[in-house]
Amino acid sequence: MTRLLEFTLNGRDRADAVADNILLLDFLREKIGLTGTKTGCDGGECGACTVLIDDKPTLSCLTLAVTVAGKRVDTIESLGHDGQLSAVQRGFHEKLGSQCGYCTPGFIMASAGLLRKNPNPSDDEILEALGSNICRCTGYVKIIEAVKYAAALGAQGVSP
Amino acid sequence: MNKPMPAHNIGGYVPMIDGPEKVSGRAKYTADVIQPGQLAGRIYRSPYSHAEIVSVDVSEAAKLPGVMAIVTGADCDRGFGVLPIARTEYPLARDRVRYRGEPVAAVAAVDDATAREALRRIKLTVRELPAYFTSKDALAPGAAQLHEKKPGNIERDVLFELGSTEQGFAEADLVREGTYNCAEVCQNQMEMHAAVAEYDALRERMTVHASTQVPYYVHLMLAQILGMDMSRIRVIKPHVGGGFGCRTETLNIELIAALLARKCNGTVRIVTNREETFITHRGRPETDIKLKIGMRKDGRITAVECDCDQRGGAHSGYGVVTILYAGSMLYAIYDLHNVKYVGRRVLTNTPPCGAFRGHGTVDIRFAFESLVDQMAVELGLDPFAVRRANLLSAPTFTDNDLMVNSYGLPECLDWVERESGWTKRKGQMPKGKGLGMACSHYISGASKPVNWTGEPHATVKIKLDFDGSIVVLSGAADIGQGSTTILAQTVAEVLGLDLARVRVVTGDSEVVPKDNGSYSSRVTFMVGNAALDAARNLKSVLVNAAARKLEARPEDIECLGEVYRAGRQDKGATFDEVVTEALKDSGTITVTGNYSTIPESHGGKKYRGAAIGGTMGYSYSAQVVEVTVDEDTGVVTVDKVWVAHDCGKALNRLTVEGQVQGSVWMGTGQAMSEEAAYHDGLMLTANMLDYRVPTIQDSPPIEVGIVESNDPHGPFGAKEAGEGSLAAFLPALTNAIADAIGIRFNDLPVTPDRVFEAIEKRRRKGGST
Repeated sequence: MTRLLEFTLNGRDRADAVADNILLLDFLREKIGLTGTKTGCDGGECGACTVLIDDKPTLSCLTLAVTVAGKRVDTIESLGHDGQLSAVQRGFHEKLGSQCGYCTPGFIMASAGLLRKNPNPSDDEILEALGSNICRCTGYVKIIEAVKYAAALGAQGVSP
Repeated sequence: MNKPMPAHNIGGYVPMIDGPEKVSGRAKYTADVIQPGQLAGRIYRSPYSHAEIVSVDVSEAAKLPGVMAIVTGADCDRGFGVLPIARTEYPLARDRVRYRGEPVAAVAAVDDATAREALRRIKLTVRELPAYFTSKDALAPGAAQLHEKKPGNIERDVLFELGSTEQGFAEADLVREGTYNCAEVCQNQMEMHAAVAEYDALRERMTVHASTQVPYYVHLMLAQILGMDMSRIRVIKPHVGGGFGCRTETLNIELIAALLARKCNGTVRIVTNREETFITHRGRPETDIKLKIGMRKDGRITAVECDCDQRGGAHSGYGVVTILYAGSMLYAIYDLHNVKYVGRRVLTNTPPCGAFRGHGTVDIRFAFESLVDQMAVELGLDPFAVRRANLLSAPTFTDNDLMVNSYGLPECLDWVERESGWTKRKGQMPKGKGLGMACSHYISGASKPVNWTGEPHATVKIKLDFDGSIVVLSGAADIGQGSTTILAQTVAEVLGLDLARVRVVTGDSEVVPKDNGSYSSRVTFMVGNAALDAARNLKSVLVNAAARKLEARPEDIECLGEVYRAGRQDKGATFDEVVTEALKDSGTITVTGNYSTIPESHGGKKYRGAAIGGTMGYSYSAQVVEVTVDEDTGVVTVDKVWVAHDCGKALNRLTVEGQVQGSVWMGTGQAMSEEAAYHDGLMLTANMLDYRVPTIQDSPPIEVGIVESNDPHGPFGAKEAGEGSLAAFLPALTNAIADAIGIRFNDLPVTPDRVFEAIEKRRRKGGST
């Protein structure tokens, strides 16, 4: 069955007819064309599809599109302002928290979610917030550095 | 006015030039190539491990509305494979299936749901055959043969003895043997396999987007499988979400997509799921090793005997090369003589293995460094002292004719010994804690490419036009390792220009020169040298133009990047003015740079396959690992890793550190948790929960020391940085566990279950804990 879905995507209100069995991940990628959010597994294993729903990091592969009615959804495409990268994006770029880049949107959204809630996280809080995201390239060392750097940039007023 | 200075681009911390795309979601991967009207492709896979195909009935599937094409083994009778000597695999099985999950048929349909429904309607009828899931069973007398031309299910056996092991063992004060088993591991790169094939029936042209490490191989194999002229094929490599060797070989997925696209005269996108990606893994084979080492009281190794069986899976793939590497790379790290190696690559009814980061060298290095450590303890020697007693003296050639010019292993040993506080702490650790060390090495690209054509090993083009931007054209595949950035840095460095002036175009066969691909850590060395050559050729064009403009001799022209001048007093000409002058000769400027390896680096001829292992330069790595073992639970925590890597010269310290950390970390997975497990040929671990990849919470801090031995042939002295540090972690870990609790683990992965069981076994025997 198809329903009307009204929600806010990356700061803009929209209304779409969506099948009630389509995943938010597939809706974003295949229907809307926002391919920044990645598919990395067969469901809930890797975190590559993480988006923010009302600022909370959520796996879009385990979320039906129709359940975001009335909510705010932010994807990787929402970050950065005035042609500049956001603090978390700068962290992952400048500190090499991203190598092949495939897990990166998920890590960045999970990190952005963390920093919006907790601008100055401890090491343990970073590990906990990113514990369900898998990266196969970096060994995570530079991802931790990237998030800390982003927090420091945030303290200087750069948006997360 | 500021004094004109050439910009420097080498040796610093340089973020990747394609980083902004990756952190903003703009980087397009193959699965992101979504076009209106494209069809969804799905693959029907064998539920049998070994069977003769009686029939593949697709008639019911074909009747389903929305199904546009179906292909089976009947659509292609041409074999493919990475090695020209072993093209025995079909994109879709013909006559026989040899592993569970092997593609049998494929469907292109208007949407994914229709394609899936079509798969459910395909009927496969077979006569089952005996299937073998271990090397031992496949090798047993009387076992059914998987491939007609491979009696005994041996894909390749290797035997060499250089020197006399008999004499070597006679000279030893201590001779010890060990047996080792390393589980099969998968690359499990984050991007699942995908391909988009577009067939233009009018022009008879095929365009394929493939997530590959070697677009050139995909090009060759598409021509082979489709029976098409190579000039009618175009291969595009978008961003690639990791490879680690999995995508060196052309995979059946891109070939099947192309077969479907041609059959329906359309565009077909296949995006596999994680389970299929695991099945199409081409990972590191399960390996059984018997190793015997002779050592003198002073730690000098007198003889080595090594026996190695690799469970290769159902098809050859890279197998011949993998089993050869395992033998040849016993050498080139220590000064060894009297070495005997017996290797067998075995065919089994499991998914084919291939080249995984550290290709062929990792499991052997685990065994070697483990046994050396055990013998050091027995002889009362410090493990560092034993390594130092066996160092090479470069430049040299090994007994199997491998050329070693630069050798930073001594400095790597010094760095990790010092930084880990080894001398003070070793033997003084509290209960349950331990320190272990080990070394490893790797090639900077195979000196002789698999497809030997007589061309230069690498070619790079540079275009310079009226706009003054430097456009580097290269076929080198950036798969996240940062090769595009290295090429930009190299060219910018030679010309003294800011990195922002340089653009790099890669990944489209229509535009870029052919490249042998991103495997065996060849790109920085080979393509880097070609880029260096191209940049120098461009500089010479510009210097000549500047000389003419400034009415000076070319040898008097000083290139300062944005300014060219004839002597210090000269105001000179700007880069843009020089470009304008240069364009008067030829219009758009294009220059070529080439690189060819030297024959001395091609390895030897002392045994069949002795060329494998030959390279222009070896990287070296030493590691110290600190662990805590919880004796009540068997849980091992890696508290810290110190790793020193000799990469010749760090062109980009940021990416070198990232590569070394990534290698070590990948070693932690293989050593501690990762294992591809099967039940009756069904992969039980084909997801990221059962195949346990370490999470951020499981992963240790990794401190990197960069050692620069300045290789005489490397670009600016550089060698590889992306593989050599993986192998040493495995034995450094088990050596540390042995230091902590006195138990040696010769089987990988060392899971908490295994540790707990070993501790319990000792308790039952009444041993101390």
